[in-house]
Amino acid sequence: MLQRFRHLLGIEPLSAEQILFLLDQSKPFQEFNRHPLKKLATLRGKTIALAFFEPSTRTRISFSTAAARLGADVMNLQAEASSLRKGESLLDTVRTLAAMKPDGLVIRHSSSGAAEFVAERLEIPVINAGDGTHEHPTQALLDALTIRDRKGRLEGCNVTILGDILHSRVARSNIHLLAKFGARITLCGPAMWIPPELECLGPGIRRVPRIEEALEDADVIIALRVQQERMHEPSLADDEYIRGYRLTPERLRARPGAIVLHPGPILRSIEIDSAVADSPQSCILEQVTNGLAVRMALLFHLVGGATPEPRDAKDISHAAD
Amino acid sequence: MHVEEKRQLLSATEIDRTLQRLAHEIVEKSGGTADLALIGIRRRGVPLSQRLAQSIRGFAGVQVPVGTLDITLYRDDLSTVASQPVVQSTEIAFPVDGRDLVLVDDVLYTGRTVRAAMNGLFDLGRPRRIRLCVLIDRGHRELPIEASFVGRTVQTSDTEIIEVRLKEIDHEERVVLVDRVP
Repeated sequence: MLQRFRHLLGIEPLSAEQILFLLDQSKPFQEFNRHPLKKLATLRGKTIALAFFEPSTRTRISFSTAAARLGADVMNLQAEASSLRKGESLLDTVRTLAAMKPDGLVIRHSSSGAAEFVAERLEIPVINAGDGTHEHPTQALLDALTIRDRKGRLEGCNVTILGDILHSRVARSNIHLLAKFGARITLCGPAMWIPPELECLGPGIRRVPRIEEALEDADVIIALRVQQERMHEPSLADDEYIRGYRLTPERLRARPGAIVLHPGPILRSIEIDSAVADSPQSCILEQVTNGLAVRMALLFHLVGGATPEPRDAKDISHAAD
Repeated sequence: MHVEEKRQLLSATEIDRTLQRLAHEIVEKSGGTADLALIGIRRRGVPLSQRLAQSIRGFAGVQVPVGTLDITLYRDDLSTVASQPVVQSTEIAFPVDGRDLVLVDDVLYTGRTVRAAMNGLFDLGRPRRIRLCVLIDRGHRELPIEASFVGRTVQTSDTEIIEVRLKEIDHEERVVLVDRVP
């Protein structure tokens, strides 16, 4: 029997079976999103709080659209316009949101572990929409759904992750997920962005410095965005990165059957050539479509159902310690 | 509490004969097969709808389109269950606009499944007409819903359960009335 879970804080704590359940449950929503009338009443009366302490376009719109299509209402907190600016702590902010009685909280924060910190202190399901350089589990799920749709399987797939892996929570969640299914993972990028300890995240992970070698047997290529905003150390010059690691039609020519993924936003001038981003091998927009289905499945299973009885006062005070 | 078989309502042969009759009734009352399509409600409505279509092909020589509908997302009791049920796919590969649809299910009971199914169909378009075909009508309706085509009407008490067992799903072919015994 499948172990149901209350929160989605990361891919690492999930079993392969739980991941498969979420991927399978995304399929009916993929199909639903092709309907002419995209509105369900399934989560009518439920409210989802979106607390984005970091800028986000696609993930926030994806979650709010997923909620809307399921019939739920959305409470939207955006860092720029919130009292965080006035110095309110993370915990005070989410407690204020929780006091308006949402049925679930989606959180993005620049600190690794923020989602777990909040989940331990609130009574409602919490979904991690990206925490620092830790995890971005819904991105890994939508990537896996895309790979499975295109390649028919995750098992034994050769997946090359390209670029700034050190700062990428997308890469970390993807590595955790793919390793659980026995995919072979190749990490490629400037040495300072591919720390050796990443090989310890799971079996079948290797580091390859040269892009030509990293693409040699790739079935799937995940190109990452160069994340200037997370770099505190002296970083690589753009032209150096472009010369060594930009995904170009010439470099892709060796693998005409490979698919190209990118979590977005894409920087056409740096990590990916327009001819690749717009080629039939590119699944970038399909990823966006799949993200909606994954998030609908997740909201349905985590936020739907009977509202649990509040724990007694003693438990609440303990949880808040 | 366990369940105890009280009596068999339909044998394999009777199920087959009933479906043959229902298929004829559907075509007769529809004035032919133009625009006609069958929609099986998961789970046991699915093999029943396929068998009806096969039967219609047999005597009318026409392949009527058949679709599969999962009503999970349209259930009205989701906010009362602790763990959400698994969602299955809906597979209706033809436009429902203007179609003459027949929903197919194994047992008609409270009518809530049929209400959910109709909501699901409306999300796909605007059918010209929706009718309902069931193998067993056991009464106890909670909504103003009736079937146009009924295989067998059975008087039941509310502790009793009708179990339709079909070879495609249950590897057995019969309909039985069982009762919950404390």
